[in-house]
Amino acid sequence: MKLVIGIVRPEKANDVLEALYRAEVRGISMSRVQGHGGELDRVETYRGSTVMVEVSDKVRFEIAVSDPFVDPTVNAICEGARTGEVGDGKIFVVPLESVVRIRTGETDEAAVTPVGA
Amino acid sequence: MDVTIIAQATEIDTGDTAWMLAASALVLMMTIALGLFYAGLVRSKNALNTFMMCVSAIGIAGLTWALIGYSLAFDGSGDLIGGLNYAGLHDVTFAPRDGTTIPHLVFFAFQATFCIITVALISGAVVERMRFGAWMVFAALWSVLVYSVLAHWGFGGGWLQEGGTLDFAGGIAVEMASGFSAVAAAVVVGTRRDYGRVGLLPHNSVLVLLGGGLLWFGWFGFNGGSGFGTGDASVLAFANTLLCPAAALFTWMVLDLIRGRKVTAVGAATAIIAGCVLITPAGGFVSPAWALVLGVVGAIPVYMVIVYRPRTGVDETLDVLAAHGVAGFLGILFIGFVAQQSWNGVSDGWFYGHIGQLGDQALAALATPLYAFGATFILLKAIEALMPLRGPERDESLGMDSIYHGEEAYPSGEGAILVTPEAGEEQPVPVAQP
Repeated sequence: MKLVIGIVRPEKANDVLEALYRAEVRGISMSRVQGHGGELDRVETYRGSTVMVEVSDKVRFEIAVSDPFVDPTVNAICEGARTGEVGDGKIFVVPLESVVRIRTGETDEAAVTPVGA
Repeated sequence: MDVTIIAQATEIDTGDTAWMLAASALVLMMTIALGLFYAGLVRSKNALNTFMMCVSAIGIAGLTWALIGYSLAFDGSGDLIGGLNYAGLHDVTFAPRDGTTIPHLVFFAFQATFCIITVALISGAVVERMRFGAWMVFAALWSVLVYSVLAHWGFGGGWLQEGGTLDFAGGIAVEMASGFSAVAAAVVVGTRRDYGRVGLLPHNSVLVLLGGGLLWFGWFGFNGGSGFGTGDASVLAFANTLLCPAAALFTWMVLDLIRGRKVTAVGAATAIIAGCVLITPAGGFVSPAWALVLGVVGAIPVYMVIVYRPRTGVDETLDVLAAHGVAGFLGILFIGFVAQQSWNGVSDGWFYGHIGQLGDQALAALATPLYAFGATFILLKAIEALMPLRGPERDESLGMDSIYHGEEAYPSGEGAILVTPEAGEEQPVPVAQP
């Protein structure tokens, strides 16, 4: 089992969701985060004060998947999030020690398998 | 100036003048209220840009109106267009404006606020995508080439007014002009990139209600001032501006309940505006009872257009056509049915024995949309030939606020590093590039 963490542009979040849905990946957490990768800073001016805004809004996906689903998940996020410009985001795949489904007490593989799959 | 007109000139009335001064300020506030209303309806990344389109109309149309627009609209009684005698406010002074008891300067200022808000209204069709520079060029040219012409037709002594069409406060020049121009603008500028793909939701419905409410407040000056004084017509229009939107609001809430079992706040704000627009042309011509009827029967078609429009391919984003074009059209026609000479002292409608009035109203309801749509379409196509109307796709993704204004409506402040002028000279700041 792996935890796939994808950090993408907010405006591509819907495309990522769509791609994940088509790849039959279920069970997703999303959150709004702020971060800074390699993109150039935005410069803004408020009443004469010029500031460089280093962090940009991003959306962070967290998806726990069984091993056969790792590649489809990563591919789906890449496909949905890519624009080709600096700032498209990153994907981190990290090992997952254990998973528990709270409702049933199922663990590990059974817990990351979507209901009804 | 014509000698006979000087002979007819009336005295200044201080009461009338006092009210018109206040009314002008009320109408100017409507442009800011419209900015609030529009800004609440767009996504947060475009809120400032949307507000600024309205604010910029004051700076742009305020100038063009003084330089040439007012003269073209209100100088003389040419059929299609006025003269140039008042260009640059030449001869616009403290003497009463012909046919009124208020100084010509006050009359000018009052009319200026109308031109300004009409320009601002059209922005609703092109928000979240149009380049700000192209908008400014469009606003300047539209205020002269379309607004001034239609203002002359409707209440500057042009062919519609001379032909007997009744339009109390701008069903022609303000409401139908902006509504049908908005459709042309939406067609030429094109749809937003995400239109029809993603739900594009209002980011702050409280702003929408606040803007709608303040518009209603300002509309008492808009309609109540269009009698140019404190006479019967102004009083009637003032009361009708309370009644018609109230009836429209009630009807809208019922329609919302029937359709979705919930009364929506954005719907309520829209209903207030639709009700105000419905009574705009008819305010000083129909009885208060008929104003209530107008609010009820007029709200239904407007509601239907708003429900239907998002299913079309035309991204007329903030429904200027429904709330202003359609409602203005209905208000103009309504006069032809129920105008009452006993109330307005001018003319009866069909129900009171003068069917000809309906013909005069129908003529305006046909000619205005044709001119507004056609002229705006050609104007925008011409501007498009000279400069792009839209930026690249990634601008739209990042949001107009950051791209065109270098500001955000809701900056978090996190990660913002102060650039001191001295440091800026030594280390050139990278140009914003998303």
